[in-house]
Amino acid sequence: MSPYIISLKNASQQYDGRVILDGINIQIRKGEFVTVVGPTGCGKSTTLRLILGAELPSHGEVTINGETLDRPNRDRGIVFQKYSLFPHKTVRENVMFGLELELFNLFDPIMRTRKWMQKRKEFRREADIYLERVRLIEHADKYPNQLSGGQKQRAAIAQAMIMKPQVLLMDEPFGALDEGTREEMQVFTLEQWKETQQTVLFVTHSLEEAIFMGTRLIVISQYYKHENGQEGAKIVKDVEIPWPHPRSTKIKNMTAFKDLMEAIRYEGLNPLHLQNIGNFDLSHKDSIRDLV
Amino acid sequence: MFGISILIYGIASYNRHKENPSDKLIPTAGQMAESFRKAIFQPVITEEYDEEGELIVTDQPRTLKEAYKAGRLKEMLKNGEWQLWKDTKASGYRVLIAVLFIFIGILLGLYMGMFPYLEKLLYRFVLFFDKIPALAILPILFIIFGLGETAKIALIVIGVAPTLILDTYLRVKEIPKEQITKGQTLNASTHEIIYKIVFPQIFPKILDTFRLNFKAIILFLIAGEALAAEAGLGYRIFVVRRYMDMATIIPYVIWISLFAFFIDYLLRRWIDKRFKWLENN
Repeated sequence: MSPYIISLKNASQQYDGRVILDGINIQIRKGEFVTVVGPTGCGKSTTLRLILGAELPSHGEVTINGETLDRPNRDRGIVFQKYSLFPHKTVRENVMFGLELELFNLFDPIMRTRKWMQKRKEFRREADIYLERVRLIEHADKYPNQLSGGQKQRAAIAQAMIMKPQVLLMDEPFGALDEGTREEMQVFTLEQWKETQQTVLFVTHSLEEAIFMGTRLIVISQYYKHENGQEGAKIVKDVEIPWPHPRSTKIKNMTAFKDLMEAIRYEGLNPLHLQNIGNFDLSHKDSIRDLV
Repeated sequence: MFGISILIYGIASYNRHKENPSDKLIPTAGQMAESFRKAIFQPVITEEYDEEGELIVTDQPRTLKEAYKAGRLKEMLKNGEWQLWKDTKASGYRVLIAVLFIFIGILLGLYMGMFPYLEKLLYRFVLFFDKIPALAILPILFIIFGLGETAKIALIVIGVAPTLILDTYLRVKEIPKEQITKGQTLNASTHEIIYKIVFPQIFPKILDTFRLNFKAIILFLIAGEALAAEAGLGYRIFVVRRYMDMATIIPYVIWISLFAFFIDYLLRRWIDKRFKWLENN
């Protein structure tokens, strides 16, 4: 069993007294592909931002490898739906950028010292390896706005992966893509995941996408019975997805797949059906049942 | 359009000169060329008198050609002994210093947009400051700084800098939050985020704002010079106004416009060339 990387202990978040997330407990092992779904406004992006360190929880604790977070850093890479790439840099420069920042100082680039030129060449070579992997090498000198939506997201994945983060966070990365490209990107991302053994946390609003891609599925929802009037979303479902990787896109048409989708939609995403806290399906072996 | 207006001017000028050959209001092209030639080619002669009030004839060269022959061309150009050159140099110097200060203002706007406490401290202040008509405080500037260069430069800076500070601030605010978070996940420090992510993205847009505001810079320059100066493009046209010397004023106006247009053109070309990534936006 691989060790835990991410751990959220009883993490809550509120803005101006309004509770968004209430007592979230998650433990994620290295190498997993965890997908997070939930109704609009349930706080799935907030959960992601807590793990990123862009927000600090109002209660509870978020740790990566046992360390509490204070701001985003290179341990956690991110791919957003939009604006992941820097528009003023070419695709290659975007991918190299993180490496360059590593040893940035004022003196070397201005003086163009031999050491710096050497390093730059190395970075370039490494960036090209990643660009090759995401099949963008022939577009390396283009600017992001000359790329298609799918290409942009592939470049963004390369840009995040080159830093070799402990966790790759993806915030609805394919939300802006059309159906065909979207499926292509799903298969592509799974390939990359298999190859690199990268831990991935993938937030999406598409249930189909979540079931198809993840090894583990977490549903966050505000639709459950509040006994003492307490609000805020909780984890209402935390399950392992049974089909082994690599998966064919055909499984999306299987009856079992559709049944699972329907079940989750009914339990977690339906505002008319409110579960009791005790009935949550937290059957994943790493999930923590919190009986408050 | 240029052709038509020149033609109309030519006809008007011709008719007036037919009636009154010494008409000053609408000088002919020839008169303007002559006075412009004088402005360019004749040195400003510093006249010296001896004890009896007689003009001392110095060996000072009187044309570019003479100066060149005497081997003093460079030296005389440097000392600004030709009227147009002297005026352009004086004005250019003022504009240059003012622009330097305006660019410091741009940095201020950048920091205001990046740091919430600076924003709280300065935003409303700059917003109000921007509304003060700079020309209205010109007397105050003259009183505080005297009639020297400082007041004229301060007028330009006070007139234009707030606009650019605010523009920079708003542009920084337009940068999506994701870009800054992204930078942090690539291990960028706050300064790297400011100077390698935010600033390069807004800089060409600020340069465009600067281009549009260059007119205002010239405007404030002329206003400052008109009131008190010893040299300068604005100063010259207001001085020769006393003699209704249209033959000098018109070429000067054309020269100032060309000067502004040329700077605008250079900036525009440079932006297009330097910031290729803007093309498909």
